[in-house]
Amino acid sequence: MYQYDKYDQAMVDARVAEYRDQVRRRLEGKLTEDQFKPLRLQNGLYLQLHAYMLRVAVPYGTLNARQMHKLADIADKYDRGYGHFTTRQNIQYNWIKLEETPDLLAELASVEMHAIQTSGNCIRNISSDHYAGAAADELVDPRPYAELLRQWSSFHPEFLHLPRKFKIAVIASETDRAAMRLHDIGIRIVRNDAGEVGAAFYVGGGMGRTPMIAPCIREFVPLDQLVTYSEACLRVYNRHGRRDNKYKARIKILVHELGAEEYARQVEEEFAHLLTQGIEPPLAELERIGAYFADPPFETGASDTLDLSDPDFALWVERNCHAHKQPGYISATISLKPVGGIPGDASAEQMHLMAQIAELYSFDEMRVTHAQNIVLPHIRKADLYAVWQQLDEAGLGTANLDGIGDIIACPGLDYCSLANARSIPVAQKISERFAANGKGDTLGELKLKISGCINACGHHHAGHIGILGVDRKGTENYQLLLGGSEAADTSLGKITGPGFDEDGIVNAVETAADVYLRERQEGERFLDTYRRIGMEPFKEALYG
Amino acid sequence: MADLATPGPDAVQFRFRDDEPVDHAAVTVDAFLDQSNASAVRIEPGDDARAILPHIEQLRLVEVNFPGFMDGRGYSSARILREAGYTGELRAVGDVLIDQLAIMRRCGFDSFQPDRALDEGDAQRAFTTWPEVYQAAADDRAPIWAKRHG
Repeated sequence: MYQYDKYDQAMVDARVAEYRDQVRRRLEGKLTEDQFKPLRLQNGLYLQLHAYMLRVAVPYGTLNARQMHKLADIADKYDRGYGHFTTRQNIQYNWIKLEETPDLLAELASVEMHAIQTSGNCIRNISSDHYAGAAADELVDPRPYAELLRQWSSFHPEFLHLPRKFKIAVIASETDRAAMRLHDIGIRIVRNDAGEVGAAFYVGGGMGRTPMIAPCIREFVPLDQLVTYSEACLRVYNRHGRRDNKYKARIKILVHELGAEEYARQVEEEFAHLLTQGIEPPLAELERIGAYFADPPFETGASDTLDLSDPDFALWVERNCHAHKQPGYISATISLKPVGGIPGDASAEQMHLMAQIAELYSFDEMRVTHAQNIVLPHIRKADLYAVWQQLDEAGLGTANLDGIGDIIACPGLDYCSLANARSIPVAQKISERFAANGKGDTLGELKLKISGCINACGHHHAGHIGILGVDRKGTENYQLLLGGSEAADTSLGKITGPGFDEDGIVNAVETAADVYLRERQEGERFLDTYRRIGMEPFKEALYG
Repeated sequence: MADLATPGPDAVQFRFRDDEPVDHAAVTVDAFLDQSNASAVRIEPGDDARAILPHIEQLRLVEVNFPGFMDGRGYSSARILREAGYTGELRAVGDVLIDQLAIMRRCGFDSFQPDRALDEGDAQRAFTTWPEVYQAAADDRAPIWAKRHG
């Protein structure tokens, strides 16, 4: 994985010093809260319901053991012994003291980590495919491109006061595991007819209160123009994105109002101009970065078979493991969704254990997934049983990846100052219900996503089943959505009808699952059945 | 000619130029395009900086106004002017704060006229915040990628 050189380290250290000075001036009263707020946000610090929340960047979700150990130590030292992995492959701490944040950031910098631009109206942490560099179906490893753009977007002087936040995802396979088209810019690394590698740009996607699927605005950007083209996309947005209404300020609104063609035309014009400005790093820089993402020293001729005689292990392999490009290896996902648990939470002890296992068995690498789990990307099949046993003993062996128990949920009203309703208790109740009645094991792939308000941090629009918490006359009310997907077949869920109370929504999810179990044909997932039979049978069962 | 509040060179708190400051007030972009032989113009966030590019030869001062520090359109305006070859004074005016100084310098601003005078020590520290830079911008600093492959 990528390692800082003296320049990267100097930048992160300078940022810590700058932030320390900002906190000092805030505490001395030289900065008002209004002036300080965007500064702390661009260092990942939110003021939530009960305390400050700090969001630490995990660039494109990749972590080594030293970094995960540090995240665990921080959880113990500055928080209450746990952390929360997020849908943008980052980690959040919920009980942080403002005065301690400069020291906390300095500790992160000591392991090449930071909280830079994890919030605020700027280019955020760049996300990617959590199986990057391991997946059998990828064209190339997308992370060097993400790292190139990370450096370009860090402290970019023109783009730190955008109309609104800006999220970029980079993938390099047909299968979309990063919800690429639901980002402000989604980049897919592709090969053109001439056999050259380049980037397709999708601009103007997003969730939130106005969900949109990004249109492709350019099918092929050569690799030696990636930064310049990105800069053109951002400049058109910075100049013309709406600033009169916070809820219409994302680039998706600009692209929608202009039309994708007109937006693309303006970008082309800016791009032609910027190509004359010499702002593109040489391809040698991409090659330098790429060298850090070379394959680890895989053992050739490693045994490609697994002993599946232990049925619990066999189930975990079937559900939580993914084909690796290297024979004899496999990628394994550690579910952070135990029955009745808080989706995405991990204790310091669990983080230490994951780090130890990664160091021993996965070439010192882990990935945070956008579904709030942790991937061990490169496990030798011969080691997999031992790995699973250690995970299982620590409560990390839940076999529910992409099932109804693998719920994405935002922090909701338990933590978040924006939320209208609680998300976590709903997730816990649904997970417990489907474990107790045994249906969870029969449903197969069923992606359930819960947001506690219209901002959609829990991706409810993109769930096969989505739940949106709203405030209805002072009480929490939950709307049910069906038919969303964040994968290559991206679609937005539709609301079934009137909402439900907390227990009602748990029943409603079970009712929807029952309709699927009744109607499904051979090989169909919940989403496939819904797409075939439509909303009516579900409405009938829910409200009929 | 729209005569904006006359700031005068005294109100400029930081200036990174040796030439004589322009001694008259800047006009609005509309007024400038209407007439004008003015050598100083003021760009508001909603103005198109490219509109004045045909006339940059005659300009010696461009003020870019930041009515609120969160509106970042002025950063693009500044770079567009520098990219077009404007070499006159480029002044950030308005809600200009300590923590924006370094990035304003990077976008090509070379003078600063904050609504409220800034703490001198804090400002000097702010101008030297970044030991290195990741991007090519409107200043003459070599980006990190250029140093790596120099």
